[in-house]
Amino acid sequence: MSVISVTKLNKHFNENHALKDISLEVQQGEMVALLGPSGSGKSTLLRHLNGLVCADKSQAGLSQVKVLGNRVQQDGRFSPQVRASRGQTGYIFQQFNLVNRLSVLDNVLIGALNATPLWRSLTGRFSLNQKRQALAALDRVGLADFAQQRVSNLSGGQQQRVAIARALMQQAKIILADEPIASLDPESSRIVMEILQGINQQEGIAVVVTLHQVDYARRYCPRIVALKQGEIFFDGASEQLDQVTLDALYGSKPQAPHSVPQLWAKTA
Amino acid sequence: MKIVNDAGNMLELGADFFPPDFTDIRYYLEEMLITLHIALWGTLFAIILSVPLGLMCAENMVPAWIYQPTRRLMDAARAINEMVFAMLFVVTVGLGPFAGVMALFIHTTGVLAKLFSEAVEAIDPGQVEGVRATGANKLEEIVYGVIPQVLPLWISFSLYRFESNVRSATVVGMVGAGGIGVILWESIRGFMFPQTCAVMLIIIVTVSLLDFGSQRIRKHFI
Repeated sequence: MSVISVTKLNKHFNENHALKDISLEVQQGEMVALLGPSGSGKSTLLRHLNGLVCADKSQAGLSQVKVLGNRVQQDGRFSPQVRASRGQTGYIFQQFNLVNRLSVLDNVLIGALNATPLWRSLTGRFSLNQKRQALAALDRVGLADFAQQRVSNLSGGQQQRVAIARALMQQAKIILADEPIASLDPESSRIVMEILQGINQQEGIAVVVTLHQVDYARRYCPRIVALKQGEIFFDGASEQLDQVTLDALYGSKPQAPHSVPQLWAKTA
Repeated sequence: MKIVNDAGNMLELGADFFPPDFTDIRYYLEEMLITLHIALWGTLFAIILSVPLGLMCAENMVPAWIYQPTRRLMDAARAINEMVFAMLFVVTVGLGPFAGVMALFIHTTGVLAKLFSEAVEAIDPGQVEGVRATGANKLEEIVYGVIPQVLPLWISFSLYRFESNVRSATVVGMVGAGGIGVILWESIRGFMFPQTCAVMLIIIVTVSLLDFGSQRIRKHFI
């Protein structure tokens, strides 16, 4: 069953055509890496999947994003179920996007807002059961002892694990991670990627993660989708992504060795 | 030049203030308490109203067709000095502290809504987006994503406004809106300078004590 289904998605930022006719399917239980140079549109694509950005307007039924069978947006308009869909989707940000002045536990409980009646959520009356769940989620990421601390006192790697606990609290059916390890040290990166991998393998939750480091993508993700200038450049098993494709993707072609002397020769 | 030439007059007037006359101190203190009440209730009502109005003035929270009219309304509330409001309310609700409360309430709402909205406009949008990404609705975004970020500033602004409202409350009394200002005005008009001096000393001590107190409250919350 496909949990993410994107059809003919286009997005312009003023003149810049950030996404060009993107169509993509992700099946249940997959772990997919989104690769691509900066500005290739991988973060933009991920934000469309959670309805944080709306695509270009289009003709009826032409472009749409469906997550877990629910429509998130169609033809450049959010669907009325966009909040329900966000509720089932865990989203991890590069800058963690936790509420700094709240405790770790409160931040995890934010993951329960969508499933909590309004009078309870607005007065902060989470049920005992929800608090137990939040502690269990923190335990899963190894931060149960930090529950009462303020998020701003935690290191970057710990904060990212709190963000994952928040996604677990949502009982998310899929997790979208937007460069989750781009601002972390190698050890924290490894821990975060292993937690994501563990969630993917044990619960069968589909994970889509944008990454800058190709070796992390190869190590943790069986499938790689690469974007270049807003188009899908490669989509396949990670073993199939060879050096030639990578060089073409990142445009790191070996420079012609005589280019510099030539320039020098001209001026001389 | 006048200050130099007429220095003798100034000294004479200054000398008339001393020694201060504290014979009616019980009465002064009672009226000072009323002044504090005027400031407290005026500020409290203003804070309660400024929370929604402050959010409705912030351009990162609501569309322009909401924040523009709200801002203009707050401009109007702020533009008119509390003394003017006090005179108007003395006419409508009669002489006494209630007119003072209403005057401070309206003026302070205009000020606090602006200060609150500026704090809201300076928040980190990422934290709110983090809350939104979990499927929270707009109200939950505000309660969990916005309020925690602005709360220290909001408390600080509110305490400062309370302090300055205590000062204003002594003045609105002059137009008949109750409190120690009435005594102050009457004693000045009656050339009873020793009494004036006593009232002024009481105001100074009260404001200093409040400053000290609010400093402690502020430290506790930030």
